[in-house]
Amino acid sequence: MAEYAIEMLNITKKFPGIIANDNITLQLKKGEIHALLGENGAGKSTLMSVLFGLYQPEEGEIHKNGKRVTINDPNDANALGIGMVHQHFKLVECFSVLDNIILGVETTKGGLLQKEEARKKVVALSEKYGLSVDPDAIVEDITVGMQQRTEILKMLYRDNDILIFDEPTAVLTPQEIQELLTIMKNLAAEGKSILFITHKLAEIMQVADRCSVLRKGKYIGTVSVKDTTPEKLSAMMVGRDVNFVVEKKPATPKEVVLDVRNMTVASKHHKNNAVNNVSLQVHRGEIVCIAGIDGNGQTEFVYGLSGLEPLKSGTITMNGADITHLPIRRRLTMGMSHIPEDRHKHGLVLDYSLEDNIVLQRYFEPQFTNPFGFLKRKEIRKYANRLIEQYDVRSGQGAVTKARSMSGGNQQKAIIAREIDKNPELLIAVQPTRGLDVGAIEYIHKQLVAQRDAGKGVLLVSLELDEVMNVSDRILVMYEGEIVGEFDPKKVTVEELGLYMAGSKRKEAVR
Amino acid sequence: MSTEQKKEGSLLKKCIRNNGFQTIIGSLLCIIIGLFIGYIVLLVINPQGAGKAITAILKNFLYYPSAAAAKKYFGTTLVKASALLMCSLSVLFAWKVGLFNIGAAGQYVIGAGACLYCGLKFGMPWYGCLFAAMIAAALVGAISGALKAYFNVNEVISCIMLNWIGLYVVNMLLSNVKEQTTPYTRPLSSVNKSALLPNIGLDKLFSKNEFVTIGLLLAVVAAIAIWILLEKTKFGYELKATGLNKNAAKYCGMREKTNIILTMMIAGGLAGLGAGIFYLTGIEQWMVQQTSVPAMGFNGIAAAFLGGSNPIGAIFSSYFIQHITSGGTYVDKTMYCSQISDLISAFIIYLCGFVFFFKVRLNRYLDKRDEKKGGAK
Repeated sequence: MAEYAIEMLNITKKFPGIIANDNITLQLKKGEIHALLGENGAGKSTLMSVLFGLYQPEEGEIHKNGKRVTINDPNDANALGIGMVHQHFKLVECFSVLDNIILGVETTKGGLLQKEEARKKVVALSEKYGLSVDPDAIVEDITVGMQQRTEILKMLYRDNDILIFDEPTAVLTPQEIQELLTIMKNLAAEGKSILFITHKLAEIMQVADRCSVLRKGKYIGTVSVKDTTPEKLSAMMVGRDVNFVVEKKPATPKEVVLDVRNMTVASKHHKNNAVNNVSLQVHRGEIVCIAGIDGNGQTEFVYGLSGLEPLKSGTITMNGADITHLPIRRRLTMGMSHIPEDRHKHGLVLDYSLEDNIVLQRYFEPQFTNPFGFLKRKEIRKYANRLIEQYDVRSGQGAVTKARSMSGGNQQKAIIAREIDKNPELLIAVQPTRGLDVGAIEYIHKQLVAQRDAGKGVLLVSLELDEVMNVSDRILVMYEGEIVGEFDPKKVTVEELGLYMAGSKRKEAVR
Repeated sequence: MSTEQKKEGSLLKKCIRNNGFQTIIGSLLCIIIGLFIGYIVLLVINPQGAGKAITAILKNFLYYPSAAAAKKYFGTTLVKASALLMCSLSVLFAWKVGLFNIGAAGQYVIGAGACLYCGLKFGMPWYGCLFAAMIAAALVGAISGALKAYFNVNEVISCIMLNWIGLYVVNMLLSNVKEQTTPYTRPLSSVNKSALLPNIGLDKLFSKNEFVTIGLLLAVVAAIAIWILLEKTKFGYELKATGLNKNAAKYCGMREKTNIILTMMIAGGLAGLGAGIFYLTGIEQWMVQQTSVPAMGFNGIAAAFLGGSNPIGAIFSSYFIQHITSGGTYVDKTMYCSQISDLISAFIIYLCGFVFFFKVRLNRYLDKRDEKKGGAK
């Protein structure tokens, strides 16, 4: 038997104007967990698309068990036992777990579904690998962690032996991450080969056997994890040393810039309030962080602040002025900047050019619109070019590039440039580093701290505990629409925060 | 390869990649295919007359041997095309803001009703009638817009219902100003000459075709104005942003609800103006027993898409659609039934969706080719 389950040898894939994969070799041993590390745009997705037959490489070969194979489309990949858990799950929300698992490979007899056999197989698999799921639960009712286990069972049900995990921990709580990593180890011990795509170095150190690093389409190298350190890995990834700890001076909070009292926002999904009687203050010169697991009212709280959703009750005061009932535009021109959670839904008009997106918050100012209502295109171009240079926003054709064609990191940089250059009094940043690589995260954290040091109030909403601990000056934990604790990041541990985030502990009467 | 050849190659490449160029090619292709299918249908029905019939449709006014007569009927085609252009502007303007204004037909009807009533009942001059047509149709558009903005009622549903409401309201209204013996409204030329649009000498260019008026120029000016509004102004920037991403528009403080209502108002006003520049020429009288919404508004949808939803493109596509529609009346009625011209224009209109399909396929092909080339280097 050959040593490698799958080998991608000297893969080169070119697109017009860019070499996405330049002579990349990836060898996955049987029964190992192999991490694939690289920044956004490093070529990881292209490489996986080649493995799934979505792209044909110009050069290079793919071998399975030492034999050369050709993969022309995803069906070929499935036939070879290659399966993938996508970052965004591909589940039918209103189907049961079992239905989702058998979808596409149903056993039938005379045209009727034979679910009993399938159920037995699923139960056996879940016991074997410690993947606890309820086969009859409806997917939209179960936790994200259980949805992910359903995805894993989908691969196992199809007898896949090469399992690809695309950033699987991005959506999980710390506890769920630990469970997942244990499951991955079990799978590897049973002889499955795992390709683990991630940005998080700590997880690589914890579970992976080896790690291959890509940078700007080039293959940098493969290292054995036990012989390396997170610092070395990140240096390989970004090509320079990266600061993990955000460098910042102690905060010097000044007067209050944002004062929220007893804010309540109705929920669209259930009868309870999404945000329930929340009061908090943000001072100039401090970064206040709202930590919590996704879906505990953070989104609605920010919608209430920015005016995207009406309040049920409560007041918002910014810079001493009551803005509770002001329209969105007024709040924004009064000094609020908002880096939205969902850059595609709110942050950008994807089919507009980069320059049109950069002036999205300012196009109406006399600087960009003349008194007759015509846009000053020259001024817009000049302004956009300045921001593009200053904030290092990279794109194919500069200011006229369609936002849709830009990478996620650069889209985010464009939004950040736009919001920060407005020179706000209050900067609301919701998950500003979601889905970004180490280099971009470092950059964005620096910008947040710079805003704080310039005397602005910064309200950060984050699901990443590392970010919460490193960037903030004060942490508020939100659970089920309420603030359940306030902490000093220097005096609290991640584990302690995790308990509050999961609702097993709470402090009363937090102001 | 010499440098000159290379330059030429890249120019051609740029052209092929250009959106406008692709639309033109796509539109021409779908016209050719539509005519071809139409020809086959003619062949199936009656093989003898097919060739003659298809040339009659394409020749339209050139059917007349005398140059003077041809010019006259060219003028008539232009008058109808200008109304069609207004309707297609109405559709494409809403389309740019992400709304499908199938109500252009109903807005057109309301516009017709308003201008004829003002002209015949109140004896208002032409500009008053035009204004009334525009305002009335804009208000009808605003109803659909408001329903969409505040109650999220699909504009297609509300527009279609308003089309029928509009038709019967106008029939009722215009019954007050109809001729005693016929179901037609009284002719403007005998009741109120001041309501007729001025010719400013244009009629002389078309062998004294009195129906050729400033309406022609108004329609072209409207097309250019809509293009400027969409491409050059702050208002256009906001409207397009609302159409492309309603959430982002709201996020950055645009009043997306107001924008939706305004868009439907402007779209309605355009269709109403179209009715005005048609009926105020006196070319046709309204038949108050009509039981179907005039096709003008629906053809506007086709013209908008055939023109690549570009106001300037719409000028040409509107003319073309009107050209073949008018041409259809010259088909030999002893061999084919009178609906045959509608059928053929329907084929072409139906194929308009093909313009988008063609663009997608062409771009995919070009990408593939570039990809291969990239690999060969």
